[in-house]
Amino acid sequence: MQVSGTVRRLSARSAARSTLALLVFCLVAAPALVTDARAQTTSPRLRVATTTSLYDTGLWEALEAVFEAETAISLDIIYAGTGRALEWGMHGDVDVVVTHSRSQEAAFVAAGHGVERIPFAYNHFLIAGPAADPARLASLEPEAALQALHAAARFPFVSRGDDSGTHTREQALWRAAGLDPAAVRASGRWYVEAGLGMGPTLAMAAQLGAYTLTDVGTFLAYRHDLDLVPIVDRGEALRNVYAVIVCTRTANSAGADRLAAFLCSAGGQELIGEFGREKYGQPLFTPCAAAGCGSD
Amino acid sequence: MADLFAEALRRIAVLDREVVEITVRTLAISACATLVSCAVFVPAAAAVHFRRFWGKNLLIGVVQTMYSLPTVLIGLLVYLLLSRSGPLGGLGLLFTPEAIVIGQALLIAPVIMGLSIATLQGVGPGVRDTALGLGASHLRADLAVILQARHAWATVVLMAFGRAVSEVGVAMMVGGNIRGYTRTLTTAISLGVGRGDNAEAVALGIMLLVVALAVTVLATAAGRLSRGA
Repeated sequence: MQVSGTVRRLSARSAARSTLALLVFCLVAAPALVTDARAQTTSPRLRVATTTSLYDTGLWEALEAVFEAETAISLDIIYAGTGRALEWGMHGDVDVVVTHSRSQEAAFVAAGHGVERIPFAYNHFLIAGPAADPARLASLEPEAALQALHAAARFPFVSRGDDSGTHTREQALWRAAGLDPAAVRASGRWYVEAGLGMGPTLAMAAQLGAYTLTDVGTFLAYRHDLDLVPIVDRGEALRNVYAVIVCTRTANSAGADRLAAFLCSAGGQELIGEFGREKYGQPLFTPCAAAGCGSD
Repeated sequence: MADLFAEALRRIAVLDREVVEITVRTLAISACATLVSCAVFVPAAAAVHFRRFWGKNLLIGVVQTMYSLPTVLIGLLVYLLLSRSGPLGGLGLLFTPEAIVIGQALLIAPVIMGLSIATLQGVGPGVRDTALGLGASHLRADLAVILQARHAWATVVLMAFGRAVSEVGVAMMVGGNIRGYTRTLTTAISLGVGRGDNAEAVALGIMLLVVALAVTVLATAAGRLSRGA
């Protein structure tokens, strides 16, 4: 009985019509609802790809508010490892990249993907490890510390292993220590490749009682949750320079230029130099657009 | 642990404006993806179920295999499609909410199609035969089968929505987790974890479950209503 009732109630044509209407609604009206928020802010948008370590400190949230108020340009901040960020720039998916890997950035500009590499701030990397410092690295320079880890081959070291700026720097440090990164990688189970972002890599190092290379910003953000202390944190080789590059394929070069100029302006530099005092008890970055950021 | 949950609950109680915004956006995006995908793939499932053709079982097998498609792989495919150097780059959809809707709709398509076919198979041949016996056309008989299974459709929709709302790979890769624009609950959780803000991650996780609960209650109520009708 129920079946015949259903058949009578709905003619095939009206059912087909309502299905079609639903389809049209979903394809047209529903996405419009989602984008409603965007319609309200019709100001031009500027896409910035930045590195995870910089994003995780919260610096961009501070910069974004001031930049948007000054210029009425909406910033879309997207973060990933330096390798991925530069790839977005190469494909024209972002307007500006802000990263921290000099060699990769230089190659990016040389290949014509970026207009110019403009360094604007730095902080430093450090080798963190367990407070007991079983490998006795505390008094060493970074290169000597890595040589000691490699020679002992029994104290675990966790590498990002993800082509990020930090990973690139780690490889450069192995080379500076006279070792081939590929050989280090193959030299035993003490060398652990995480393939994770900086935060999760620090958590892994803490769990394993291992050493790892980290930027100071992420380290301070995580410090209260982890049994890791700074072991090696001196030496020019550990300087971590952040640079801004306007991508050549940008569709919004005026906005991109304004952002680069903002980061290097007196106001932007002061903001960067003050950032972190409240949250971490110390500034996280040294602005250097005017004075020069050093070799690396 | 206890401290963590206490802090998470405190943050929910405060009901931060940004958290509310992210929750509403997440719900809208995943509901949209579910609607779009259902609108296309429920009829597609019916078309497959009610026809006999060569390779039908193979097709169903392929669809069921695709249940296991990793979200981040769909994310990569949609990224390559929507990237400015990709075939659909001209639309300028990458890193927008629409991109997430497209990606999630594709992600849940196999689930919707596979479960829909299973649902229709569950009705059995009796309903269709009766309808035909009562003089219905083939199309109307097919409709009778679809409507007969209506209480099962709520399950299909819930499964699909659940997979869409809880995935992080697509939303991260094609949405970009842009604050105030494409940030969803799962990408925000991922960010909280990345930043070492565990309380934030747990608070957002609880919000996600609240959203899922609300949707489940609604869908169940709708199913009960239609059964009573």
